[in-house]
Amino acid sequence: MRYVLHRLAQSVVVLFGVTVVVFLIVHLVPGDPIRIGMGTRFDPEIYEALRRASGLDRPPLEQYVSYVGRAVTGDLGVSFRSGQPVTHLLVARLPATVSLAVVGILIALLVSFPLGIISAVRNGGAVDSIVRAVSQLGVSLPNFWLGMLLILLFSSTLGWLPPSGYTPITEDPVEWAKRVIMPGITVGVVAGSILTRYVRSSVLETLSMDHVRTANSKGLPRRLVLSRHVVRNALVPVITVTGTQIAAILGGVIVVEVVFAWPGLGLLVYDAVRARDYPLLQGAVLLIAVIFLLVNLVVDLLYAKVDPRIQLGGDP
Amino acid sequence: MSTPATTQPDPSTPPDPTAYDPAVPVPDEGPRGWRRTVLALLRRPVGVVSLLVLLGVLVLALFGGWLAPYGINEVNLDARLQPPSADFWFGTDELGRDILSRVIASAAVSVRVSVIAVSIALVVGVGLGLLAGFFGGWLDTVIMRSQDVLFAFPEILLAMAIVAILGPGVTTATIAIGVVYIPVFARVTRASTLSVRTETYVRAAKSLGAGPARQMVRHVLPNISAPIIVQTSLSLAFAILSEASLSFLGLGVQPPEPSWGRMLFDSRAFFQDAWWMSVFPGLAVFVTVLACNLLGDILRDVLDVRSSATARGGTR
Repeated sequence: MRYVLHRLAQSVVVLFGVTVVVFLIVHLVPGDPIRIGMGTRFDPEIYEALRRASGLDRPPLEQYVSYVGRAVTGDLGVSFRSGQPVTHLLVARLPATVSLAVVGILIALLVSFPLGIISAVRNGGAVDSIVRAVSQLGVSLPNFWLGMLLILLFSSTLGWLPPSGYTPITEDPVEWAKRVIMPGITVGVVAGSILTRYVRSSVLETLSMDHVRTANSKGLPRRLVLSRHVVRNALVPVITVTGTQIAAILGGVIVVEVVFAWPGLGLLVYDAVRARDYPLLQGAVLLIAVIFLLVNLVVDLLYAKVDPRIQLGGDP
Repeated sequence: MSTPATTQPDPSTPPDPTAYDPAVPVPDEGPRGWRRTVLALLRRPVGVVSLLVLLGVLVLALFGGWLAPYGINEVNLDARLQPPSADFWFGTDELGRDILSRVIASAAVSVRVSVIAVSIALVVGVGLGLLAGFFGGWLDTVIMRSQDVLFAFPEILLAMAIVAILGPGVTTATIAIGVVYIPVFARVTRASTLSVRTETYVRAAKSLGAGPARQMVRHVLPNISAPIIVQTSLSLAFAILSEASLSFLGLGVQPPEPSWGRMLFDSRAFFQDAWWMSVFPGLAVFVTVLACNLLGDILRDVLDVRSSATARGGTR
């Protein structure tokens, strides 16, 4: 319980820091962010309206308090470009990103767990060498390039899959699946490669532990030793890494969404940066950071639940 | 958050009298330690290959101008979108520019950005980590919580936000990538500092009258260099990837200066007809990153750094 409270308090502190950083985005811009955001389509009336609406004419501290206050109620301001509420734009993009991230995570898990376990069990063998080499290649692949190669192969050359675009799963699941598979693989491969390495080393470490030796020496069948004594213990630390990879996938989708014209949060961030639409960028960055924090919090608490040895002493 | 708990030395353990010898204040260092590392590296084929690849990239970065068969912006409208041939090994782009020459020339900007960015992260991150680990207390809390805040954003998102503030370009991208990798170095350094600050040689130096600065720089830093070296190699890989990602998004290197990421960005319009435009620049990124990653892994083995002490970039 103390650990849970400590971890919650820590998250609140970090969340506070996150809001400060997000708030500062618009204030660190050299010059007038609204003027830059409007670019060549400058109109004094719209300028004044935006300035008042964004509250940039008030003192910074007051602005910060009001920004956080409104953010808590779900009001993240108005987009400089489209004039629409930022929250509205974010909510519209969320399903696409979530569906892509979920597919990416599933692919990463489906690939990494069996490969990591086989690789560790066959430590030093041919399978192990191949798995290690492939995961090393996967870690080093630029994800956007992998995406481009997939499009080149499966769309341009073979014509099997549509090169880009998005169909909501609620509208047409088959079409959704056809379109999500390539970006999903792109997102999943890098995370899966990193996970494979962790699963492998964790299983290896467990294999050398006393209780496994005991289980082996009392003549338990190898399969039983592996499933009951090795894998279950080895997967505990992997939970944390899976959490960081889920968070990492959130970063990965930004670039991948651009490659596949996948209309999620990543593409929204990209458009916001290019258009210098600061309120939209702030909202998107805040939302992604909050999801990131929540995932890490849940993972850490889950870890503490699964492994009771975790206590307050160690620095998290 | 996600870093494994650090093991703090138990203060109740009595100092080992045999180890209490100020005559050997810095064990395992100096030219002998270095030579041993290099020799161990050269005994491994993969280590030699990765070193050679990185050396090759460095040569291209320094002397690419002389080695490139054509000028980087030499337009040849008679040879537009030519596939690879004896004249143009990597083919030509939509303006008839030689892809090979542009890939060679791009090594310079990639090396420059990644080396400067990692240097920023290294100097700032190691400095912060040393202060936090050595002094502990409130300074530790303030420094590490601020690093947690930076860690709460996916790396590429943080880099994009910084670019959005300062405007796109090589310098901004360099700063952005540098800032993004500060927390990794701070964490690695802090964890290692914690594990050596109560070692006998540090206490010996203190009892001989060395001030905190001297203790940190002369006695702590040399003894925690191994994980920092490994982290530097891994971070170089991710800095190269980040630069390529930012340039691919049009936020990093700007034309006419060529860069691998930017070439990939430009190639998207010619996907159907010119596969070579997207394959070769990506291959250059991939091979360079792979070499850095392999070198980092081998250094970790050779220097005997526990894998949990260093962290991979994770997100792009």
